[in-house]
Amino acid sequence: MNSLPPFSDPAPAAATRLGRHEVEARLDRLLDPVLSSRRTAAPLADGVGLLGRAEQDFLLHWATVIARTNIELAYQFVAAAPAALSTLSTQSAEAWIIEAMDVYDREGLHGATQILANPEAIERDLANTAAVKLDDVAKVLQLVLNGLAGRRIRIEAAPRSYTDTETLYLPPRMDRAASLEANFFLYKATAVLLWAQTRHGTFNVDLEAVCAGFPDDKRALDLLSALESVRLEARIAGTLPGLARRMKALRSGVLDHRLTVLLDESATVETSVEVLRRVYDTPFELHDPYEIVLEPARASACRSARIRRDKMEFQSALARLDDERSTVAAEDSEAPYQLDAADEQTSMHSSNTRYVLQRDGEPVPVSQELAKLIDSVVQDLGTVPDDYLIPDASLKGDESPSRQEAENEMVPGGPEPASVFFYDEWDYLRRHYRKNWCVLRERETPPGDTRFVTATLAKFSAQIAQLKRTFELMRGEERLLKRQPDGDGIDIDALLEAYGDMRAGTELGTLLFTRRRKHERDLAVMFMVDMSGSTKGWINQAEREALVMLCEALEVLGDRYAIYGFSGMTRKRCETYRIKRFDEHYGPLVHQRIAGIQPQDYTRMGAAIRHLTTLLNSVQARTKLLIALSDGKPDDYGSEYRGEYGIEDTRHALIEAHRSGIKPFCITIDNEAREYLPHMYGAANWTLVDDVARLPLRVANIYQRLTT
Amino acid sequence: MGSGAIERVNSDLAALSPRLLEPEARLIEREPYYEPVGEEIALFQAAYLSCIPVLLKGPTGCGKTRFMEYMAWRLKRPLITVSCHDDLTASDLVGRYLITSNETVWVDGPLTRAVRLGAICYLDEVVEARKDTTVVIHPLADDRRILPIDKHGELLTAPPEFLLALSYNPGYQTVLKDLKQSTRQRFIAIEFNYPEAHLEAKIVAAESGIDDDTARKLVQLAHMTRELKGSGLDEGASTRLLVHAAKLMGRGIAPHTACAGAIAEALTDDRDMLRAVNELAASVF
Repeated sequence: MNSLPPFSDPAPAAATRLGRHEVEARLDRLLDPVLSSRRTAAPLADGVGLLGRAEQDFLLHWATVIARTNIELAYQFVAAAPAALSTLSTQSAEAWIIEAMDVYDREGLHGATQILANPEAIERDLANTAAVKLDDVAKVLQLVLNGLAGRRIRIEAAPRSYTDTETLYLPPRMDRAASLEANFFLYKATAVLLWAQTRHGTFNVDLEAVCAGFPDDKRALDLLSALESVRLEARIAGTLPGLARRMKALRSGVLDHRLTVLLDESATVETSVEVLRRVYDTPFELHDPYEIVLEPARASACRSARIRRDKMEFQSALARLDDERSTVAAEDSEAPYQLDAADEQTSMHSSNTRYVLQRDGEPVPVSQELAKLIDSVVQDLGTVPDDYLIPDASLKGDESPSRQEAENEMVPGGPEPASVFFYDEWDYLRRHYRKNWCVLRERETPPGDTRFVTATLAKFSAQIAQLKRTFELMRGEERLLKRQPDGDGIDIDALLEAYGDMRAGTELGTLLFTRRRKHERDLAVMFMVDMSGSTKGWINQAEREALVMLCEALEVLGDRYAIYGFSGMTRKRCETYRIKRFDEHYGPLVHQRIAGIQPQDYTRMGAAIRHLTTLLNSVQARTKLLIALSDGKPDDYGSEYRGEYGIEDTRHALIEAHRSGIKPFCITIDNEAREYLPHMYGAANWTLVDDVARLPLRVANIYQRLTT
Repeated sequence: MGSGAIERVNSDLAALSPRLLEPEARLIEREPYYEPVGEEIALFQAAYLSCIPVLLKGPTGCGKTRFMEYMAWRLKRPLITVSCHDDLTASDLVGRYLITSNETVWVDGPLTRAVRLGAICYLDEVVEARKDTTVVIHPLADDRRILPIDKHGELLTAPPEFLLALSYNPGYQTVLKDLKQSTRQRFIAIEFNYPEAHLEAKIVAAESGIDDDTARKLVQLAHMTRELKGSGLDEGASTRLLVHAAKLMGRGIAPHTACAGAIAEALTDDRDMLRAVNELAASVF
């Protein structure tokens, strides 16, 4: 990496302070797009010109880095930096800059500007050792929420705590309490309360309309939010007494007597609204220790989108049930299904009531998926309306990727979390990860014409036969181990010897048995295939042929393997394509997918590697291999990922894979590969196939060499 | 079952001949605690009388082994349990020659012993065993009910009192460790799962002697960890773990310490997951 040293390094003797003019010239070049005749680099240069050389280098280095993200942000940085650098230490200064860029990634320019304007805030934050960062605890909070059951909820950072019913927004730092532990507890309690808002129906009335009925709707909403916290706190006390005990300790004083109705188990959001009407006109203040706000507009957008989606899924699930039961008389009755709550006594898990689905009076088994759906509908609507119970066959089945894709893009609350993955990306200039920077979707490979596979098998039939023979030899053979302490048979040679020994008066040996031992290859391998636009033509053809031959050979060997293609465009659309999963058999379907591999867009390799690493790590094997088939450097649309950034991110993704016990390897056809591949994969973990035509044969050979 | 059916079963049971037991056979003398969840006892008994082997499916710690002990006690047959591991071969089950000072001696394996005794042979986690064990399981598990002992030149026919039972956890989703159709279709399968919440609380209370309210909270915590299956946990807290935690609490350990030791640490090594499970425990107690 060619980053400049921080300003605390002793400057070389020759390096003198840069003059004002030189600074101005460099800033002009750097910030040109945001400068104008009114807004020139001159005032900036005045400030920078007064700094020492080391500080100047530091400033210009980071200005360059920031300018790659956003030039306006770089301008503001240069404007704020001279004053900031005079007070901050190197470490704090770096933290300040990284924080500003993180906020920019998350919230945009406005938030970042505020960070830049307040350098002393960073110093305070760093000094406050009791503060808890959301980044550090988000995973734990996420797991706690998952444990509470119900819909899966995501956690994201935002300036204020609220929920849109699908995502919980929590402040990026929590420092209101005096200790680390207490701050974590605040996070946890806030998260559970927000979860309870969705679980116990805070948004089941139109809060916007309710508050609009008051003279000051802002005050009404704030009061309502605090009242809801009181209600929900009481509500969760039944199931989470430990949590409720600590939460109670945070509330000081006696509860206003008008609020006691909220503590009742049967209190709903309507009760809170009722109480709000009663207390609004009196001088009433209620402090909410969790500083939760309500965002009714966002919540209702999410909620109504989900209600629509749930209804569709519900009806199509019922239609699928009909199919499974292959009933012909689906049309005759209006609503053949009936849903009843099962015996209440089992519902010790707050509102986790069980439901019994009946069709024409007969109970129908409720799949886990359907039970989740019922739960979700009941959370939003309180009950499952009758029109949900009419199966709608027009919605069912046909889950072709294109359709699902269209749906994903339509849903405003974001696509289904199940099919979408978020991955961090390494920014080598910042020397930090950008959190959840890449959005990766796993897609189905559209089936292609299997004649391609047949043709390949015919074209290489002699070579395939040869390969199979070689691979057969590699297969774990049974070996007879002699002179074992115990085993299946008797080792006659050893016995004779021992018998002789015994007769001669020495001790009888114990290693007298034979044992058959199969040497098992405990190996799982993941192939990632470059599906970028640059593979178009005969590279793509060679890749597909190579995969066919590899599969043929691997089937003989019996190693577990999976094949995924990868491509994408920009960080928001990284894609991996399933060609063969680990648990899939090599058959006509895989043939079709191999034939269907088509060049797509770009190669943002980091996200793909991180995703496939996760998949590979879910398989149990002693040795895990990640083999990339690639035709060039990592690259993506726009200039951001191209070049060193992409190489460093890929390298980091590979280091992460390596750290988790995976051995990465790369097979490339790029003749310039030796310039960057050794840096990414290490000197020995890549190989160049300089003749594309030989790729199909070589890949299997390389695999053989790698695994023996 | 109606009373007539029960009488028939009892008379059928009485008709089975008592056999001379060797000292190492494990006859369970005291009634093990078992709480029936469904029809599994009737099903098992019917299968036993019809000489059909039984396959118990279900996650770890949900009571499969306890059920076997209970049934062995009920049917008054000795129980021979083999915990299968990935080095367990057919000859480990059938038997082998051992060498003593001047000769070779045949020693029966547990399966052979069970066949000779007319005992119940329970192969725990059978998918872990090597594939060659199917060679001896298959002829015993269909209507031939024979156990060929090649090395010994013997062909044992299983008496009607003999029963083969396997257990298997379908939750382990590895491609390699799956029961073959040819094996599974020889068995009657009984599925086990964690019992309903109130029943599970009753079991925890009965096994550990803890009060009902604590038992109920433990079950609630178990449900939470079972929700985490798939987001980082391979398996939620089993009934067995709950009993462990309850026993610790019964000895005066504070709830959160007991849950941390018996549940959280037993479930995972992942630091975030540990913390999350402990946080959940702190919220419940």
